[in-house]
Amino acid sequence: MSVFEGFRFRRVSSPIHQLDPRVKFFYVCVMFVIAVMFNKLLPLILLFFVQMPFVWMADVQREWVRSMRGALMFAFIIFLFNFVFQYFYTEYPQLPSITLIEYSLSMTLRFIVLVESFSVFFLTTSPDHLGLALEQSRVPYEFCFAFTTAVRFVPVLAEEAQTIMDAQKARGLELERGNFMKRVRNYIPILIPLIVSAIRRSLELAEAMESRAWGASEKRTNLYVLKPKRPDYALALVSVLMLILAIYAWRFLPIPSLTTFLSF
Amino acid sequence: MAVIETRGLTYTYPGTTRPSIEDVSISIETGEFVILTGPSGCGKTTLCRCFNGLIPHFYQGKLEGDLVVASLRVEEHPIYELAKHVGLVFQNPENQLFALSVEKDVAFGLENLGMPRDEIKERVDWALRMTGIEDLRERAPHELSGGQQQRVAIACVLAMQPEVMVLDEPTSFLDPLSAQKIFEVIHDLNKKLGITVVLVEHRLDLASKYANHVIVMNERKIALDGEPREVFNSERARMIGVGIPKATRLYQVLKESGVHLNRVPVTSEEASQLLREVLKRD
Amino acid sequence: MIEVKDVYFTYPNGVEALRGLSLMIQDGEFVAIMGQNGAGKTTLVKHFNGLLKATRGEVMVDGVSTREVSVASLARKVGFVFQNPDHQLFCETVEEEVAFALRNFGFKENAIKRRVTWALSLLGLTQYRQTSPFMLSGGERKRVALASVLAWNPKVVILDEPTIGQDYQQKEKLRQFIVQLNAQGKTVIIVTHDVEFVAECNPRVVLMAQGKTVADGVAKKILTNYDVVARASIVPPQIAQIFLGLEDLGLPTDLIDVYEARRILLNSLGVSP
Repeated sequence: MSVFEGFRFRRVSSPIHQLDPRVKFFYVCVMFVIAVMFNKLLPLILLFFVQMPFVWMADVQREWVRSMRGALMFAFIIFLFNFVFQYFYTEYPQLPSITLIEYSLSMTLRFIVLVESFSVFFLTTSPDHLGLALEQSRVPYEFCFAFTTAVRFVPVLAEEAQTIMDAQKARGLELERGNFMKRVRNYIPILIPLIVSAIRRSLELAEAMESRAWGASEKRTNLYVLKPKRPDYALALVSVLMLILAIYAWRFLPIPSLTTFLSF
Repeated sequence: MAVIETRGLTYTYPGTTRPSIEDVSISIETGEFVILTGPSGCGKTTLCRCFNGLIPHFYQGKLEGDLVVASLRVEEHPIYELAKHVGLVFQNPENQLFALSVEKDVAFGLENLGMPRDEIKERVDWALRMTGIEDLRERAPHELSGGQQQRVAIACVLAMQPEVMVLDEPTSFLDPLSAQKIFEVIHDLNKKLGITVVLVEHRLDLASKYANHVIVMNERKIALDGEPREVFNSERARMIGVGIPKATRLYQVLKESGVHLNRVPVTSEEASQLLREVLKRD
Repeated sequence: MIEVKDVYFTYPNGVEALRGLSLMIQDGEFVAIMGQNGAGKTTLVKHFNGLLKATRGEVMVDGVSTREVSVASLARKVGFVFQNPDHQLFCETVEEEVAFALRNFGFKENAIKRRVTWALSLLGLTQYRQTSPFMLSGGERKRVALASVLAWNPKVVILDEPTIGQDYQQKEKLRQFIVQLNAQGKTVIIVTHDVEFVAECNPRVVLMAQGKTVADGVAKKILTNYDVVARASIVPPQIAQIFLGLEDLGLPTDLIDVYEARRILLNSLGVSP
């Protein structure tokens, strides 16, 4: 699915890629909070554009556009859902008002803003880096290890699934034919070998882990260490400033709504 | 000095009635390059797992007899301690690499041991250099070929600087050229660093030229144990069905026809040389 | 008959695995497709049963292009035994496993029963009929996979790296089995990098390197041609290597078999065999 392409890490040397994942995550949370604060269009549109420079700096424009395109379908569903629900809840049987449209558009835009920031986060953070950030955030090592190992094996499992499908197709299994129930049942010859293989693989991995002194020491050391640098502090500062600005605007500034715009 | 010594070693997996290895008594000296071979199911994989403590600690079950590795009695020490002395490289390259970069994988064992960062860095650099894969440092394991992955696996084990390296059919999934490279790397480590090598292999035509000690197992017991030429040339090896090097086989069939070469060859170069001597004789 | 006409194949991730390969395999031939890992051997044979379709060029099986028929219908003629039997096994009993393809192809129940019995006995698995395939050893599982393909009696049998992880005796048994299959009139295609195994079988060898064929002929000639062997990055059989070392003595260099080597040497020494 192309929407997932927009989230897969792309190895590029950009300033955004060098940032500490913890700071990036903080930024994403701030974006989330701000997005949730407002339900008028104007601030959300601003928020959308404010993040663009990051996309450009990270040199991930192509993938980002792909994730946006993928999100468009969900966005449409969200718009429809919100619109229809709110309409029947509040304004039926009158004609839908501009406020209602603005509200639904805002909900949709909120979703898009979130996808935008998460997309940039995942596109610029290697799973390795992420795992390291988790470790240094005091998440127990077993979880971090499970996370990075799972990510490491995703392409391997994908390839294996393809091989298994080929092997069963070569025995006459037709995955495209038949009604819904038959199609679901046709996936059993794919799933079982995949699961059995995963179990065997975990046994071999466990053997390898033990053989490399897993559990030798309570205090595990690390080859890499994440040290926040100036750009990290800069991003943290920028995020905090944006948050403060947003809170101020939310509390004290009257935000023009769509109706105000249109009545001009 | 024997770095691995067993006496009457017998092991039964939990839930089974028959032992997987019976009455195994062998002695491996420091610095030897041992080839352990035998038909499928003879117990060589089980024996390997004993050397670093996976048996009995990981697999449980019943282990009888004596097993001393690097002066440590295997039953009395946990796997993570034995791992410092005996490294184990497995058959499937993919399933022994967990990290997302080669560097991180090689560092894995050292991180587990709680070594300080500078020392880890040094050892990782050293291990990558010794196995000739420095250029692969930042690559992800999935991008590597099988041969490259196995070299990484060897580097991972090497970084822990064990006295013994055990390799369980490491070239099963590799083509002959990649397999040769692996044997050369292992041979290099054996010669330069004095690491004792125990190599489980079927491909004797490629591997036997490096060995100075061959152990053949059959039906869970030790069948032959000695110098490569003697073992490969023995009648017993033929009975068991060991895939001896073709050079040795040629020696045998020529002997049957009354042509005697001066020595038992194990490699093609030796065979050529010996045949030359015989042909020149006439 | 399988015809490969100037086939190019590029994987979705951009890797060009086949670059203008042409080949013809007649019915009843015994062919070994050899080369280094990554040369494109498995990619090529996956075109024979339609699992892969050429990006450019055409593959014809018995005069029909593989683009025009489904994989299932091609599979009826071209049986493919994958390298790892665990990628196929999923049934509760060996019997079901062997019957799986037969059911897919629409055989009737009594025909299925007959064929299962036959395939199991052919591979010495009759006693495991009601056993779970997961309980069997590695070698036994390989035989179950083979039985499940032979059960529907395809005209062509492709074996992808059948010798991996096998000991000498298992390889011997396999070799005899393959030779027997071929003697019964089946087209047998093996994909392998095991030169010693091929040297013992002495089939037609198609040598590949980087998506192209580098050589095509009798094993004896191909595996002793050092030029071609070096280009394909494979290692020649030990007997061939031995005689390369004796080239200057005027002995023939196209030897790969131990017994033939002996005959030549005894001849040369003037000793009667």
